[in-house]
Amino acid sequence: MESIEEHRHIMGYGQLAVILALLLALTGVTVAVSYIHLGFFNVPLALTIASLKAALVLLFFMHLRFEGPVIRYSFITTVLFLAIMIGFTFWDVAFR
Amino acid sequence: MTTRIDATGTRIGMWIFLYSEIILFGGLFVLYAVYFYEYPELFAKGGKELNRIIGSLNTVVLLVSSFTVASSITAIQRGKKGQAMGFLAFSIFCGLVFVVNKYFEWGAKIHHDIYPNSATLQDGEPGLNIFFGLYYVITGLHGLHVIIGMVLLTVSLILVLRGRITASRYALLENSGLYWHLVDLIWIFVFPLFYLVL
Repeated sequence: MESIEEHRHIMGYGQLAVILALLLALTGVTVAVSYIHLGFFNVPLALTIASLKAALVLLFFMHLRFEGPVIRYSFITTVLFLAIMIGFTFWDVAFR
Repeated sequence: MTTRIDATGTRIGMWIFLYSEIILFGGLFVLYAVYFYEYPELFAKGGKELNRIIGSLNTVVLLVSSFTVASSITAIQRGKKGQAMGFLAFSIFCGLVFVVNKYFEWGAKIHHDIYPNSATLQDGEPGLNIFFGLYYVITGLHGLHVIIGMVLLTVSLILVLRGRITASRYALLENSGLYWHLVDLIWIFVFPLFYLVL
């Protein structure tokens, strides 16, 4: 049996460990920040940190950084669709 | 006879499935956003009832398990079968820890008469009822995904053991890994929204 697998990028254990350390650090930051009262500003801050963490998982753990254009652009399209779905629904409710 | 394996095509299929999962949870997050806008104080009150320690612990457990799943793929790419199996077994153990934590967390909430249709929620503020309704639906659906992910990782572990997943053919392990990372991704958003609100 022969595989025609293209040259795949291999993430070293060290590189993966760095990503894990960053993710754990960001978790610490988001928990710490939640104890500081910033009013409504807490929400966008928590979501920004969550998005950063999600980006790290997607790019490195899920190898999105090393994928070809099909997966890359279809993923971006999904995120845009999600943004439209959440954004437009929310504006409708907020300015009703 | 040579069999051509289109690993990229297999991965594209998995990603398309993951997009549908993202939209599924996205819909639930829309509900959360709308009701959070309507009842911000009650959502904050509800969030304070949740145990931040267990929530943080579960976040760490899932992040570590995502790391070990990614490492198991590195191991199999390098042809290190034993290491790959070790990483997978540890990831499945992490999933188990997560589910057990969730069991105790839900158990404590149910013990305090906080569950869908409970008297406390029915007769209490509508905002709290909605908050805990969303809490049970989203963490429940997420927990179901954790269990499915554990099954997929177990199947991968067995196939690595039997030599069916190897350095030249590991699409199933990779796709199970992608599923597991998606479960982690969803939790990354669930955690601040439910446990850390305001």
